[in-house]
Amino acid sequence: MKNIPISALIGLFFTALYFLMAIFAPLIAPYGMAEVVGDVWEPSRIEIMLGIAPDGFTESQYWLGTDNIGRDLLSRMIYGGRTTIFIATMATVVSFTLGSVLGFFAAVTGGWVDQSLSRFVDLVMSIPTLIFALVVLSVTPVTVPMLIIVMGLLDSTRVYRLARAVAVDIEVMDYVEAARLRGEGTSWIIFREILPNALSPLVAEMGLRFIFMVLFVSTLSFLGLGVQPPEADWGGIVKENKDGIVYGIPAALVPAFAIATLAISVNLVADWVLNRTTSLKGGRG
Amino acid sequence: MSDPLVNVRDLKIGATVYPPGERPHDIEIVHGVSFDLQKGKVLGLIGESGAGKSTIGLASMAYGRGGVKITGGEVWINGRDILQTSVRDVRALRGGEVTYVSQSAAASFNPAKKIMEQVIEAAVEHGKFSKKDAEARARVLFAKLGLPDPDNIGDRYPHQVSGGQLQRCMTALALCPEPDLVVFDEPTTALDVTTQIDVLKAIKEAIRDTGVAALYITHDLAVVAQVSDDIMVLRHGDMVEYGDVDQIINAPREDYTKALVSVRSIEHEEKAPAGDPVLSIRNVTARYKGTKFDVLHNVNADLYPGQTLAVVGESGSGKSTLARVITGLLPPREGEIEFAGRVLSPDLASRTRDDLRELQMIYQMADVAMNPRQTVGTIIGRPLEFYFDMKGAEKRKRIIELLDEIELGEEFIDRYPAELSGGQKQRVCIARALAAKPKMIICDEVTSALDPLVADGILKLLLNLQKIENVAYLFITHDLATVRAISDNIAVMYQGRVQRYGSKSEVLSPPFDDYTDLLLGSVPEMRLGWLEEVIANRKMESAGN
Repeated sequence: MKNIPISALIGLFFTALYFLMAIFAPLIAPYGMAEVVGDVWEPSRIEIMLGIAPDGFTESQYWLGTDNIGRDLLSRMIYGGRTTIFIATMATVVSFTLGSVLGFFAAVTGGWVDQSLSRFVDLVMSIPTLIFALVVLSVTPVTVPMLIIVMGLLDSTRVYRLARAVAVDIEVMDYVEAARLRGEGTSWIIFREILPNALSPLVAEMGLRFIFMVLFVSTLSFLGLGVQPPEADWGGIVKENKDGIVYGIPAALVPAFAIATLAISVNLVADWVLNRTTSLKGGRG
Repeated sequence: MSDPLVNVRDLKIGATVYPPGERPHDIEIVHGVSFDLQKGKVLGLIGESGAGKSTIGLASMAYGRGGVKITGGEVWINGRDILQTSVRDVRALRGGEVTYVSQSAAASFNPAKKIMEQVIEAAVEHGKFSKKDAEARARVLFAKLGLPDPDNIGDRYPHQVSGGQLQRCMTALALCPEPDLVVFDEPTTALDVTTQIDVLKAIKEAIRDTGVAALYITHDLAVVAQVSDDIMVLRHGDMVEYGDVDQIINAPREDYTKALVSVRSIEHEEKAPAGDPVLSIRNVTARYKGTKFDVLHNVNADLYPGQTLAVVGESGSGKSTLARVITGLLPPREGEIEFAGRVLSPDLASRTRDDLRELQMIYQMADVAMNPRQTVGTIIGRPLEFYFDMKGAEKRKRIIELLDEIELGEEFIDRYPAELSGGQKQRVCIARALAAKPKMIICDEVTSALDPLVADGILKLLLNLQKIENVAYLFITHDLATVRAISDNIAVMYQGRVQRYGSKSEVLSPPFDDYTDLLLGSVPEMRLGWLEEVIANRKMESAGN
């Protein structure tokens, strides 16, 4: 762990910061999640410090101001981050576990198993994900586990495609043939021969997919079919505060900023992991 | 003597290496090599992989491949030092004055463009000819290189001609802009011996007729002896010996050159068949799924315990398919395989674990035959764990024993394949096969990707292990020198049939059938004038034409 490049350090720092804030939200947040503490859209302390607050405001006790009904925005951002990151992480785990195992399985088995799985995935992929999700979520109760399952399943089609494409290339290597000739079972071939060699593209994809998940859950919440009020999440915060943009209230931009920084830092970490997993000398080289 | 066309003085080439556990640092890979080349002459650069021969070849175009830098010296071509000229001049030089023929024509041609378009591209680009003149010249060159239907072959796509023809098309490409110097980088290494002859002859005549100078890079001394005027022997980036062909071949001065000239020193006494065969191939006919022709026709052969059956043939003769049939990867359409007294199930999935264990395989490309993410210990240890339930200290002890048998030490146990040399990788693959305590090992071209001296070491090791473990080898190869070195019985394969089968002495002594004659005659011999002699005496055309 000595030679971590500076970019990875920055990425690690911010990713850890976001995840720690998510985990310890109740300890960190200055106010309650749904607690109304002030006036509607009070300016933030940052605005006042920068001198860009509306006239007449000289001090504020809220770092990010208040939202459309006077709740502390920072507290809501922290609690919202907790929900958003949790859902996105779990959905990524679901989609990668399911997608990569099925993709590898299809590649290793081949024949009609591969054909039927792949065509089914094509079928699902031909329907736009967001619309599919909206339809499903409008007929099922919108709970957090439901969100995770729907998002995970829909996204696993993409992971399946990638995993299958990568595995098909690895599957024809002599060392896989050698394992088959030895009499190894499918699970050894998938988890011991193919998975370690497919890790690099999967890790790269995982960084990207996680961020897509954050955007996906935010979009759903923005459209009202994601996390339900009064629970906070980043997409919901944009939705609640979007009217403020007309009056020059920046509250709706705060979640956007959070998503952007999280996206960059997660991918900085993914890049670094990628560098290590591509090494064929056990990371020693 | 007039001024030489090419004059290389004290050429030094460096590269950055990234050794495991150390900081990247620069090393020198060519240490001050000098040579002259007169117009119309051919200089052969010869050495093992890593000798720097290709690097020197490319340096004569002022080019360093993949992080390789020319760090010192002078390369004078046509009276100017091309290492000092501007980028624009170098660009005019490459593909114009100096052209390049690479080892794999198949990888060098763009599969989406017609051959003619690619052959004339450089000549037209450099303004040497108009498109029409270049095409006319290309057709002349096609004819000169002995390509069939020279007027129309340019309209084909690269996949529509054979490997040997494509290699000649590439030579036409290189000669088209009327260059002063052509760099041939192992142009016949990827070809079958019978095809190699025709390409060699075509290249030799084309060089003579067009009067260009050439650098001919190869690892095969017998080949270079046929086409070169002078030879430079290289090793680890140093010049070992430099002289005319006659002197290098017939009176080498340096020990290393002597070793190269006299490689294949293995003497192997042929054994008479003894006992019941460990493997009997009976009337095997096979075809690939979805195709309509048989790749193997009624193949019969026997392999006796502790002996070696060599299966010889060109690419496409069905020898690797035979290995797939035996291992169960391709169930035969007709016929059966008897192994150790029992009939093997045709399909891999229904074979017993003992069947699998007793029949092991070693591959041609050791680097892709080992999972790059597993250490040597895991690679060798897995069969022990899988077949014999060995664990912990017992397994480790056996792995170390096996490492000893293949002449590698205990310290290799934690290495990854990427940390091994080509010969070491192949040794680990041998150990993996031995770990299963097999009765028989299929060796599929196990030495053809290795340098001659390294390959020699592997063959000696295999023979030695055969004595100790009494294991039988089915040895698939296209290299007759290897066959002579190790086999007890030989099956010559041609177009999916066994053309000739018997003990080594029977198969290799006359009278020959036409194909065996062609195959035996095509193995380059290390003497001058061999090429012309062979061409003159041939009874049959090679299939690669």
